[in-house]
Amino acid sequence: MQNQNKSGVSVFLGRLVRSQYFIPLTALLLLAVFNLIADPAFFKITVTTNSAGNRVLAGTPITILDYGSELAILAIGMTLVTAAAKGQDISVGAAVAIAGSFILRMLSGGNANAATLQMPIICAFLLGCIVAMLFGAFNGVLVAFFKIQPMIATLILYTAGRSIAAWFNNNELPIIKDASFSYIGGFIPGIPIPTPFFIMVICVVIITLVLKFTNLRLYAQAVGINENSARLNGLNPAAIKILSFVILGLCVAVVGLIKVSRVSSINYSVIAKDIEMDAILAVALGGNSLSGGKFNMATSIMGAYIIQFLTQTLYKYKVPSEALPAYKAVVVIVLVIMSAPTVREFFSSRMKKVKVKEVA
Amino acid sequence: MSKNNTTAPSGGLRGKWNSMTDTNKLLTITVIAFFLMYIGAMIFLKGGFLRTQTFFNILNANAALIVLSCGLSLVMITGSIDISVGGVTALITMCCAVYLDNMGGNVAVSVLIALAIGLAFGAFQGALVAFLDIQPFIVTLAGMFFAKGMTTIVNSNPFNVKNEGFTALKNTRITVPGMGFVNPKGIYVDAYVEIGVVIALLVVVVMFCMLRWTKLGRAFYAVGGNVQSALMLGINVKKTKFLAHLICGLLSGIGGYVYFLHSGNGAVTNAAGAEMNAIASSIIGGTMLTGGVGNIIGTFFGVLSFSTIQNIVTSAGLDEAWWTGITKAAILCLFLVIQSIVMSRKKK
Repeated sequence: MQNQNKSGVSVFLGRLVRSQYFIPLTALLLLAVFNLIADPAFFKITVTTNSAGNRVLAGTPITILDYGSELAILAIGMTLVTAAAKGQDISVGAAVAIAGSFILRMLSGGNANAATLQMPIICAFLLGCIVAMLFGAFNGVLVAFFKIQPMIATLILYTAGRSIAAWFNNNELPIIKDASFSYIGGFIPGIPIPTPFFIMVICVVIITLVLKFTNLRLYAQAVGINENSARLNGLNPAAIKILSFVILGLCVAVVGLIKVSRVSSINYSVIAKDIEMDAILAVALGGNSLSGGKFNMATSIMGAYIIQFLTQTLYKYKVPSEALPAYKAVVVIVLVIMSAPTVREFFSSRMKKVKVKEVA
Repeated sequence: MSKNNTTAPSGGLRGKWNSMTDTNKLLTITVIAFFLMYIGAMIFLKGGFLRTQTFFNILNANAALIVLSCGLSLVMITGSIDISVGGVTALITMCCAVYLDNMGGNVAVSVLIALAIGLAFGAFQGALVAFLDIQPFIVTLAGMFFAKGMTTIVNSNPFNVKNEGFTALKNTRITVPGMGFVNPKGIYVDAYVEIGVVIALLVVVVMFCMLRWTKLGRAFYAVGGNVQSALMLGINVKKTKFLAHLICGLLSGIGGYVYFLHSGNGAVTNAAGAEMNAIASSIIGGTMLTGGVGNIIGTFFGVLSFSTIQNIVTSAGLDEAWWTGITKAAILCLFLVIQSIVMSRKKK
């Protein structure tokens, strides 16, 4: 009886370790426990009055929810690209700058100090979406038709992106004075929760419905696992790869809108800096293989919030924002080493040896 | 390739062209493109391009890029990639600057520091790529962010180095005999190069000889061309890949110090985007991203072409800040697409 019970526990543990939720949950637990021991005030949420006179929630968990939502939206697109194109898009930061700059150009109408909005925010946003999707399609075409590795292909936009963003606005920094524009990246009057969280919820609902009612998941995974057999089964791998990059472009436009709304302006060299690293890290933390194939959207989104959790923890210990990438790079390296096939085989063979000994 | 070999060389230019290997074809295109471009700039833009010193200034400013590109060409020939070289260069300049100025160190030790940092990055990344089979992109992207982050941790404010021994070395000018020019005042001025250029040329020669005439050099091509056949030839594929990354790391150490010699300061923004420039130069020089094809002489001319194009763009009046970024990316895009078309035509 006891023996059976023991094996039940080990089966459960084995399933937990093998589950995709294992890595993100462990990381979350580690961070939470560390912060709880180091300083429980980390989790304190207070109600304050912001500059616009609204009563809003404040505190580190709210900041994580706020900024993590941007990352979660990017993680959605990045997961799809990773699955279908077997590589990552390193141009997302630059593309966010492009989308944000374009939206500002439309709103200000070319006049850096325009007193009123030159067009409704929704129109500017939709045009921004189209521009970002075009740049996504550009990356997609290089990857799908010209068979260039995704990271090299997106290196082009990574280099040119911020220059293009500056070019859109003639290197001026338009300032949007309309108060309603700042609601998107801040708070809507009367609602104490940051708006980016609601935008993230909308994006997640849309992608969940798309994955549920279309064949996108199946097709993206099929192309990522084996392109040739996908083609033999009547899929068009090139079209699916481009589609995944276009969807990432859409996510980029949403993040661009939030980013420029936060400051009601733009700083070309700083906006969304190093965000590509965070987005890739979110996908990796979600337990998704960085070499394509099967993916799990939910764990990627969890990964995004965990990255933001890590960022806030580092900020708390006075790590300057320029030094953050060093710490995150260490996390990436640890993650990829853990998920490397050679390392996994080594550990599973060790486990077997231990089990054999136990039996003997 | 098989198509080229079946057509018998029928003499003349066309025959010679057909009997060439891929590497030599791409090399010829690069060298001809460079000379055409430079002569074109001399004729149409005149100005600075007619002075020999302009050419030597291109060399002075890009000595570090030449060294870094040699390293990147090597890993690309082996079928891998390293995008950490720019970050490593920034880290080296900052570490050496802090050591020389704040800790009163001497020049010889600072060179050793640079080489050690480069080798450490090369060895670690090489081990992960070669022995653990992790994608080189991810490993070196993490390396790049790690190096940039470490640079700020070492020191966040950029500063110029005032160490006497170092400034003496930095200001050493080597005169190029017979290449001087007469300035508007009628005084003959000697043309000069910096020490970095001599180092860069040495690196090019050593790398060229290594790749062409040593067993190890041929192994790099074999591994990049086809891992399976390299294995059957009895080549230790993992060791070869590791060595490629190690040498690339060493070269980013040398390149980092050459950059430091030219700029003379430590700053996080040093060598920003150098990885892109080095990859673009290697690709222009005829190194294939898919591995197995490439030539160091081509890379050398690739750097020269790439920087000449930039010079032409600025002297043609497009001097707003954003044009540099956009033209660089456009050139890289163009050459990537050309390579891809060449590769797909070869398969047919």
